[in-house]
Amino acid sequence: MIDFLGEVVRWLVETWDGLVLTQPGGAVIDQGFRSGYVWRIWEHVQVSGAALLAATLIALPLGAYFGHTGKGGFAVVSVVNIGRALPSFGIVALALPITIGLADALPFISSGLGFLPTFVALFALALPPIFTNTYAGVQGVNPETVEAARGMGVTEGRILREVELPIASPVILAGIRVSAVQVVATAPLGALVAYGGLGRYIIDGFAIRDDVQIFAGALLVAGLSVITELLFSWVERRVVPHGIRPATSREVRRAAA
Amino acid sequence: MIGQSTGPFFRWDWVFSHLDLVWEKVVEHLVLTGVALGVGMALSLVLSVLALRWRRTYTPITWVTGALYSIPSLALFAFLVPITGFTLLTAEIGLVSYTLLILIRNIVAGIDGIDPAVRESAIGMGYGRRRLFLEIELPLALPVIIAGLRIAAVTTIGLVTVTALIGQGGVGFFILRGLSRFFSTEIVLGTALSVILAVSVDLALVLVERALSPWARRRASA
Repeated sequence: MIDFLGEVVRWLVETWDGLVLTQPGGAVIDQGFRSGYVWRIWEHVQVSGAALLAATLIALPLGAYFGHTGKGGFAVVSVVNIGRALPSFGIVALALPITIGLADALPFISSGLGFLPTFVALFALALPPIFTNTYAGVQGVNPETVEAARGMGVTEGRILREVELPIASPVILAGIRVSAVQVVATAPLGALVAYGGLGRYIIDGFAIRDDVQIFAGALLVAGLSVITELLFSWVERRVVPHGIRPATSREVRRAAA
Repeated sequence: MIGQSTGPFFRWDWVFSHLDLVWEKVVEHLVLTGVALGVGMALSLVLSVLALRWRRTYTPITWVTGALYSIPSLALFAFLVPITGFTLLTAEIGLVSYTLLILIRNIVAGIDGIDPAVRESAIGMGYGRRRLFLEIELPLALPVIIAGLRIAAVTTIGLVTVTALIGQGGVGFFILRGLSRFFSTEIVLGTALSVILAVSVDLALVLVERALSPWARRRASA
């Protein structure tokens, strides 16, 4: 056990800038910088960030529109239920025939493998939490607050931008955080559709039965998802408008004094 | 390789000529899910009783199960493979880990939500702690517990597909094989079956809840 963990640590110390494989015959192959985990983390963050950004750009305006008008409550419930029932592994796999079809049909897409199917799958997975949280957050704003703004002659667009969205921001940001963590946690499956990222170590490790590489890969994936969670929680605390932030313990004490 | 992908997206004839295999994998999927939920429920009941009896243990229990829940599924299975190998045990340990947080939260919330007057009267009628729990608290908390079980079931059914990567997988077998052969029919089949199973089990649990809490139904129809 101690030996095994020692080997994992050695792997982590040696592999940051490239994976070195020793062949059964004794030949040593350096696979280069792009097989090291610094590069793999970069790939992982790249596809996750792109998918999250694209999903936010689509799901947030849609959720805000439906939340503001109060339409589509049934659609939201359906999105939640379907989103939960869809297996992430299936989505990643399904993206492959779709993007290969796209690459065949559209000459400007060079390859339907790798980045594209991973991106499409993660994008699809990131949509439901952002959409439903934005919808619930905007719809849950006290109607009297909205009425007051309307009575003051504020236009609908400004009500949404300056009243509803700021008040709903904690819920919306929580949705983005849930999506972000889910995307980072699912991106390793991209290795199955020929993408890089940290999943490579786990999937390749499974294939060649290399326990050290499997375990080290799992550590890196788990670590990255924890960092994502912490980062987005921190942003949440910083971005939410001061007036609607829950009071910190220091503020409560000051108010009591 | 690419040429194959231009074939039809979904071939019903393939599905009909492999119905035996489909059935086998669906059963495997349900068994994997059932075992995970059964073991998960048993563990959760024990831990919830612990948390309800000694309140202080609730925070560490949710902390640990919450940490388990937040490990990415592929990473969790990958952590276990060096220890338990490419086995059923690895799959089940992982699947059970993901049910605990959801189930414990709902059991504790369900029992906490019971009207204290009900508990008082049961104690007044001479119910001991054990009978109070089994005959009063559990049945009354049932709707909340089953709500948790439904979420756990739907989540588990989706996660079972991932265990195809460690040699298990139920209908996830089709997804993985479809990927390795570039055969979209199998990918679609595996994904669709997983969704159908999740929706069916969810509905079945709603029916179970209605059968087990007839008093709620009577109230609703009155």
